[in-house]
Amino acid sequence: MPDTPILLREQQYHQIKAVLARLRLDSSARVVLLIDKDGQQIAVQGDAANLDTTSLASLVAGNVAACGGIAQLIGEAEFPTLSHEGQRESVHISVIGRLLLVVMFDEQSSLGLVKLRSKQISKQLSTLFDEIIRDGHEDLDSPFAGITDEDIDSLFT
Amino acid sequence: MTFINYASREINCKIVYYGPGLCGKTTNLQHIFNATAPQAKGKLISLATETDRTLFFDFMPLELGTVRGFRTRFHLYTVPGQVFYDASRKLILKGVDGVVFVADSQEERMDANIESIYNLEENLKAQGYDLLKLPYVLQLNKRDLPNILPVEELALELGKKDEPVVEAVASTGAGVFDTLKAVAKQVLTELRKG
Repeated sequence: MPDTPILLREQQYHQIKAVLARLRLDSSARVVLLIDKDGQQIAVQGDAANLDTTSLASLVAGNVAACGGIAQLIGEAEFPTLSHEGQRESVHISVIGRLLLVVMFDEQSSLGLVKLRSKQISKQLSTLFDEIIRDGHEDLDSPFAGITDEDIDSLFT
Repeated sequence: MTFINYASREINCKIVYYGPGLCGKTTNLQHIFNATAPQAKGKLISLATETDRTLFFDFMPLELGTVRGFRTRFHLYTVPGQVFYDASRKLILKGVDGVVFVADSQEERMDANIESIYNLEENLKAQGYDLLKLPYVLQLNKRDLPNILPVEELALELGKKDEPVVEAVASTGAGVFDTLKAVAKQVLTELRKG
């Protein structure tokens, strides 16, 4: 049995976007992304027009999963943050429960500032996501509830 | 795990191609990538060794179209088939919505198929899934080679339930989209159940 789907309501989505926007501003970052540990992108904020965020989400999730595996091999539960510093662009990743907060930044910011701001905001994101999980399916019509075999077949024609 | 975003009106599902080394998992994805219109796909990411063997995973996002106003996207992953990459295979199964087992039809690869399918069941269990309850397709690949086993024999040996069995030649694309369609339909049917 597959896991229960995560349903993200419009209002929750905008709340998350607002939190990410503030983090981006406070940390002078270029792009901020929130993804889940399975590599699904939840929200993105910033100058991402030329960024393949779908691939980025998948690779970040793979990266965190691999590092989590290394952590367990050495007796740690996980590595709560990961940083990759490039010559111009850098990436900081925070593991917040089943969420991954990804901050991309350049010389306009610093790793220390990004770490600090990410940490300050992680509790808020965690609370918001807990609400999403808690709200579950109640009062929300799944777009697939009334789907017919013809609807499914139409995707493949 | 399926992710439904009501704001962007998107549904994302994860499908994993599993199987023994050199069975054609990556070739399946490459064919889907090459045969799909640019607007319906993202990049094909391959984390491979210098000899083009999958090291961690291949990944490509594929948009199938719109259902009830929601864009339906499938994230397709492969696992590394080589036995010693088991830790990576476990990680990639996390959050899976549907599995394709790509079997190598050649007689001398039967043991590898059996070992890999057993490994799939064990790794799914470790992630809290039951293969019997998961959308699942058995693809019998390399049907163009001379030393292959009959379909009935492979299906009998490797079949786990009443899963769809698709004959394929991934290198030419034969059966590749039939396989994808068979697993995607099951995933969407699961979503209908709620």
